[in-house]
Amino acid sequence: MMFGTMPQLTPDLIYGVTGIAVFAIGLVGALCAQDRLRRVLALKLCSVGAGFVLVVAAWRVPPAAPDPVPHALVITGIVVMVSATAVALALIRRLQTLETEDDA
Amino acid sequence: MTDPILIFDLLLAAAVVALAVASLSVRDLFVAIVLFITFGLLSALAWVRLAAPDVALAEAAIGTGVTGALLLKTLHHLRYVTGTLNRPEAFSVTPAAPVPAPVLWANAAFCGLITLGLAVAFLGAPRSGPGFDALVAEALPQSGVEHPVTAVLLSFRAYDTLMEVVVLLAAVIGVWQIERGLSDAPAPVLGEVFQGFARLTLPAIVVVGTYLLWKGAEAPGGAFQGGAVLAAVGLLLLLSRLYVPQPSHRGVARWAFVLGTGVFAGVALLVAGGGRVAFEYPPEHAKTLILLIEGLVTISIAVTLAALFHGREPVALRTDGGRG
Repeated sequence: MMFGTMPQLTPDLIYGVTGIAVFAIGLVGALCAQDRLRRVLALKLCSVGAGFVLVVAAWRVPPAAPDPVPHALVITGIVVMVSATAVALALIRRLQTLETEDDA
Repeated sequence: MTDPILIFDLLLAAAVVALAVASLSVRDLFVAIVLFITFGLLSALAWVRLAAPDVALAEAAIGTGVTGALLLKTLHHLRYVTGTLNRPEAFSVTPAAPVPAPVLWANAAFCGLITLGLAVAFLGAPRSGPGFDALVAEALPQSGVEHPVTAVLLSFRAYDTLMEVVVLLAAVIGVWQIERGLSDAPAPVLGEVFQGFARLTLPAIVVVGTYLLWKGAEAPGGAFQGGAVLAAVGLLLLLSRLYVPQPSHRGVARWAFVLGTGVFAGVALLVAGGGRVAFEYPPEHAKTLILLIEGLVTISIAVTLAALFHGREPVALRTDGGRG
């Protein structure tokens, strides 16, 4: 199926590939970006990519309702990610202030 | 030949990927953050297409709205302390030290390998496979609420959600500790248009947030989405300076931070006993207990997110700007 015939185009295939692409972009950014703010942004992109793959895993062909458990996991992940982002940004603000004071 | 909605899906997917690339490659950090916010909103739209409205609401309100506000506030602070606030040509705050090309290539190869592995795993995995759908549908009548995602969050997997509220609490403690004694960048002066906007939208946001919370029992919505929308009220109040945090408000704020965690853990332990385990709500009171927990958790989430945006613990103004 994978290497033979072209798989049929469905929303879960489209958005699953999107999620993996977004995760890859975030990974490259987190490793290669030079300023700290952009690195946090890149990690946030990774988390959205992972969310895409989980939401795709929960999707069912329309008449059927999607699986609620991965949805709950992604909501939990979003809240944990905003907490981690807030702490990372506070560290960035502190570091930049200390560095500027040292230079002065 | 193909469903026209599939063309929309393809365009949306292309836009999401393009915005992700653009937000990491554009030089101006402000533009990068704005592109990221657009990226988050389009991702939320994609999740609506995948029949996940709860996740889309959470991503739009928390993952994009609150995160975007946090990023913009941090950028403002960085530009203030480095003295590049009114110089738009200063695109980057951290001086760019050149990264050796071999390191870049090694990183790119490493990322390529990981992505290839993920893609092979995803394309090879069975899709639309059996998950927890049947189990959740079977147990839903006993949960006391009609919306499956709310049932999973607050009943079947309530332990996860309790820990999530604890993580939020730990974050606000961490931010207050990290920023202790840090001199704050003065908030940008916002014009009269913003004041009018705040006056008009504040009541509407309060109604929308409360509605999202209330509706969560039977339809998409719930504590996290409602809490994030209510946190926007806090952000507007802080930005328009209708509310200025005072040191004497810290006690109330601390109580608001722990309210959700405390009540959630308290209810979980109190229903235990008499043959029941923690989080096993008695069926006749299940809906009341879930709504009680959700209501108080919403207040905690709203106050905590607004505090995370404000950052520094409100202390008496220090004129020396020392490190404390």
